[in-house]
Formats: sequence, C-alpha cells, structure tokens
Amino acid sequence: MSASDPSTLFPPLAAPGSNVRAVHDPFHGDLLEVSMGPHHPSTHGVFRMVVTLDGERIVKLKPVFGYLHRNHEKIGENTTYLGSMPYTDRLDYMCSMTNNWAYALAVEKLAGQPVPERAEYLRIILAELTRLLNHTCLAGFLLQDTGASGTPLMYAFREREKILDLFESLSGSRMMCNYQRFGGCRVDASPQWLEAARRVAANYSEFLDEYETLITGNEILMARTQGVGKLSPELAVSAGVTGPMLRATGVNYDLRKVDGYGLYPRFEFRVPLGDHGDTYDRYMIRVLEMRESIKILQQAFRDLPGGPIMDPKSKLRGFRPKAGESYGRIEGPKGEIGFYLISDGSPNPYRYRVRAPSFVNLTILEDMCLGQTVADAVIILGSVDIVLGEVDR
Amino acid sequence: MESLEQLHGRLLTRFPGAEIVVVNNPAPSAQHSLLVPRDVARELAFFLRDDPALALDYCSNVTGVDWPEKEIIETTKSTVPDPAGGAPKVVETKTKRIQPGYFEVVYHLFSIALKHGPVIVRVRTGNRTDDVTVPSFTPIWRSGEFQEREVYDLFGVTFSGHPDLRRILMWDEFKDHPMRKDYVEPDDYEWEPTPHGVVLEKARQHYPPAVVAPAETPPPAAKP
Repeated sequence: MSASDPSTLFPPLAAPGSNVRAVHDPFHGDLLEVSMGPHHPSTHGVFRMVVTLDGERIVKLKPVFGYLHRNHEKIGENTTYLGSMPYTDRLDYMCSMTNNWAYALAVEKLAGQPVPERAEYLRIILAELTRLLNHTCLAGFLLQDTGASGTPLMYAFREREKILDLFESLSGSRMMCNYQRFGGCRVDASPQWLEAARRVAANYSEFLDEYETLITGNEILMARTQGVGKLSPELAVSAGVTGPMLRATGVNYDLRKVDGYGLYPRFEFRVPLGDHGDTYDRYMIRVLEMRESIKILQQAFRDLPGGPIMDPKSKLRGFRPKAGESYGRIEGPKGEIGFYLISDGSPNPYRYRVRAPSFVNLTILEDMCLGQTVADAVIILGSVDIVLGEVDR
Repeated sequence: MESLEQLHGRLLTRFPGAEIVVVNNPAPSAQHSLLVPRDVARELAFFLRDDPALALDYCSNVTGVDWPEKEIIETTKSTVPDPAGGAPKVVETKTKRIQPGYFEVVYHLFSIALKHGPVIVRVRTGNRTDDVTVPSFTPIWRSGEFQEREVYDLFGVTFSGHPDLRRILMWDEFKDHPMRKDYVEPDDYEWEPTPHGVVLEKARQHYPPAVVAPAETPPPAAKP
C-alpha cells in the first residue's frame, strides 16, 4: 500500500450499529479525556471528575474521591460516644446542627434515651434554620455556576450570615456548633435569642420574594437549567438518591413525614414535589422547601414550651450503652443522613458508620451528565449539592 | 408491615434449606436483622425488592463490620464427689475456644413505595483472609455502587458481580484496608514543638534507642 493510496486517508468507519468507534473517524474528532478538579472552582471543594468528551459532549464521567479522606469512621471507633459529637460537625460543615441531631438520634435509639419536649422543639428550630441556610447557599452557588458571577451569591451569603449569627450567639460557634447532646441540647435559648430568631424567620420570606423576583423567572437561568440533567424517578429510587433531589423527580419521600422523628408529626407543612427531575426542578424544590421551613419555624416559635432541655437521667461522661446496634436517620438538608452504631458495651462504639447523603447522591452523576456539555455538567454537579467533608469523610 | 418473624417464615418457605437466621438486637432500638447465607443472598435480595408486600426498593445504607477471631473462655462447673467421704467439691474447668473471624456486610433496606422499613440484611464472609467474597447487590439496588466500593476499599471484602470494583477513598496503590481492626498505622512520626503523651510514645517507637531522645532535641530558637 503506497502513501498516496486514498484508502489510508479515509479508513473505514465502524460497522453500523456497533458500539466500537473507529479510532480515526474523519467525521468526528478523537475522544478527549479531561480531568476536572480537584482544584477547580466549580467542584465545590476537592472533588475531581474524569470526563471523556466527544467535542463538547460528555460520553463518560467518572468521579474520583478521597482528597479529603481522613477515615472519620475509624476516628469515631477510637473515641468515646460523646467525643464524636463535635467531629460530626466537620462532616457537612454547612449543616452541623442536623449532623449533630442525626448522631444524637442514633445514640438515643441505641440507649433508649428520652428527650424533653423543649429540646425537641429547639432541635426542630435549629434544623429548619439549617435547612434555610443550606438551601440559600445552594441557590447562590448554583447561580454562580451558571455564570451569574457574584450578585446572587452575595445576596445568599448576606442571609446566611444572619443565621450564622444566631448559631454563634446560641452555641458559641458559627459553623462548628457542637450543640446537640444525647437526651437534649447543650445550652438553652434565651428569650432574646428566640426573639432574634423569630425576626430572622419573619423576614426570610421577604428575602425569598426578592431573590425569586431576580432569579426564578430569569430567562437565562431557565435556558441553562430546564431539561438539563434529567433524572427519572425509577433510577433515583434505585440509586438511593434522597432529599430535594429525589423529590424533584416527583417521588414523595420526606423522612420528616415518613419516620415522624422528633416532634415533626405535630407540625403542619407540605412536601413540595417536582415534575421533570431536571436541574430547574431541583432549584425550585429547594426554594419551595425554604418556604415550608419558614412555616415550621413560625409554628415552633408559637408552641415552644418551657421546661428542661436535658433529660435528667442522661449521661454524657462515662456513657456506656449496652451491647446492641441502631440505625438513626433524619432528613438533612441534603438528604437522608444516617448513623449506624454497634455497641459492645465499652465507652467507644465498636462500629461507627456515617451514611452521607451527598456521597450516595453522586452515584448517578454520570447518568445525569451523559450527552450534556461540560458547562452543563458544572450546573448538574452544583444542583446535586455536595459537600466534600461529607463525601470523603 | 409484617413482623420480622413472619418475614423470616415466608423466606424459609420460599428458600427451603437455606440457613436464614434472625439476629436479635438487644438494644432498645430493637432493629433485628436477617443473616443470609451467601449462596442465596442474590435471589433473596431480588425477592425482597420484588415481593409486593415488601417492595423494598430503596437500599439506604451499605456498610461493613469487622469481627476478628476471638478467644472465648468457657467455664463449666462440675461437682466431683470427695473420695474421703466429705462434701462433693465444685470444680471449674476452663476451655478455650477460638471463634473464627469474619467480615459482615450490612444492608439497610427501606420501601419508598410502601413507606416502611428498615429490613436489615447481613451477609458474612467465610473468614478474614482468603474467603472474603460476597455477592454484590449493586445489580439490584444501584445505591450500592459506591458504598460497596467503599466496603471493598476500607475492609477488603470483594463483591462478585460488582460492575466497577475499585478503591474509592484511598488511592489505588494503597495496600492495606484501614477499617480492619488489626490495621497498623504507618510510622509517620513528626517532631512537634510541644511533644505530649501520644507524640512522645510515637517518638519512642520511631527512634532507635541510641539516637537522641526527642525530649533532648533542642527547642526551636526563640523569636526575636
């Protein structure tokens, strides 16, 4: 075969219907493998995805984890039950209050520890404030990912700061709250604090109105997010997706309603459900959930009873639950956060396992991104709402 | 939802001859679990998912537990008649028995369609060294994909039938499995300006005895 033979210039394409792609396909370019992250502003931390591209379309996407791995579970096995409590703050560092609650709930199930009513109300108040905080941040970051540089994120962070101030004045720390205890809470909320929190909750819907006027009906946001990263309800259920991502596909599963943990059955609120399971729905569900959270907060402030915040029989130091195991889960802002504990009667848990919502939610990242462009993958990842402290643990 | 005993009875009629055991949980949480032999685990998982009364379509949590082999000392008391004709003596005999170790993979299953759960399924490996394969549930519940990879990574349990079994949190070249109970941390001693108990102990193991002890290391020069 000579060099001028035209057949070498145009080698045959792959057989029709075959999945095998001819390597030198004159009508398509070669595939390109791009490593996005771990240091990339759009990956929300040290997350990396190895993306295989055909032009600008994604044909394969493999997430790579572990850049923030510190073996949280082993550390949990080597410390006491109470010693793990401040460490759960570092899992999902946006939502330390809900992490604390999930862990406290698992230990309370393990030891059969009751919780006084006022503490349950305080937990609900703080969990719903955390939900507001998390969803606000997500909306800001999502807009940042679409290219709305700065303004929406700063609006969101302005509101976030108000909630963080509340957390700081109650627990002493903005983000690492370390507030819940087995059988109650650490410090009581003063009337002044409750008044300040009530004011924040009352003004929040005004902020949401303002934010929604700016963003929700925005044509560019709709064009960038509607129909992008669609997820079917069947796949979402099979892949264990939880939280707003699951409800955006139209599956009605909210642990606050299903498990009715804490005192949630006393509260009246609705579970917003999506229709299409795309990125816009995921954004919209979060905005609607914030409005429901405000309703829950108002009911909690209205009904908050007096009384102790710690069960008098609860034991923190020298706490040794009897042998057994328990799995406790709550509806965190990102999805189902669960703790699985096995006790062998010693002061340390024999096995301490964290079921992290955003780790499991990432399972279907590839399925949502296939066929989309790289720019869309950034938005889809933003709508999954990951925090790497929790993914890598 | 039916009780675990009823479910256990149904499973025994559905899988005759299989050794399915209810593992009792004495804690107040009362979350009892089903111990399933490896050979029927896959079919049983399909049954749990597809049975209309159960419809466990959501596999929430997959995790591993390490149970190393342990020495059990059993004390048995027996009365021996006194040959001299006195009162019979009580003699305690101690027998040592080594309970072989194994890994356990625990699945927490819930139903989103019927909103009940959890049904907890445990699968055990044969031992802790060479017989560490269990069937993967990822073909049944996709949520197992990353979580089973994590169990493989941190415990060294291999899952047959998993589509993409690689390390996930540790790097690919890493050799050991850090969540095992007998894992030994690497010697990563670093001198600290204020050595305290744990650091001093690490230093003692790190340095051979002839070398300068860390307490004698000169403190850093004071800042002007």
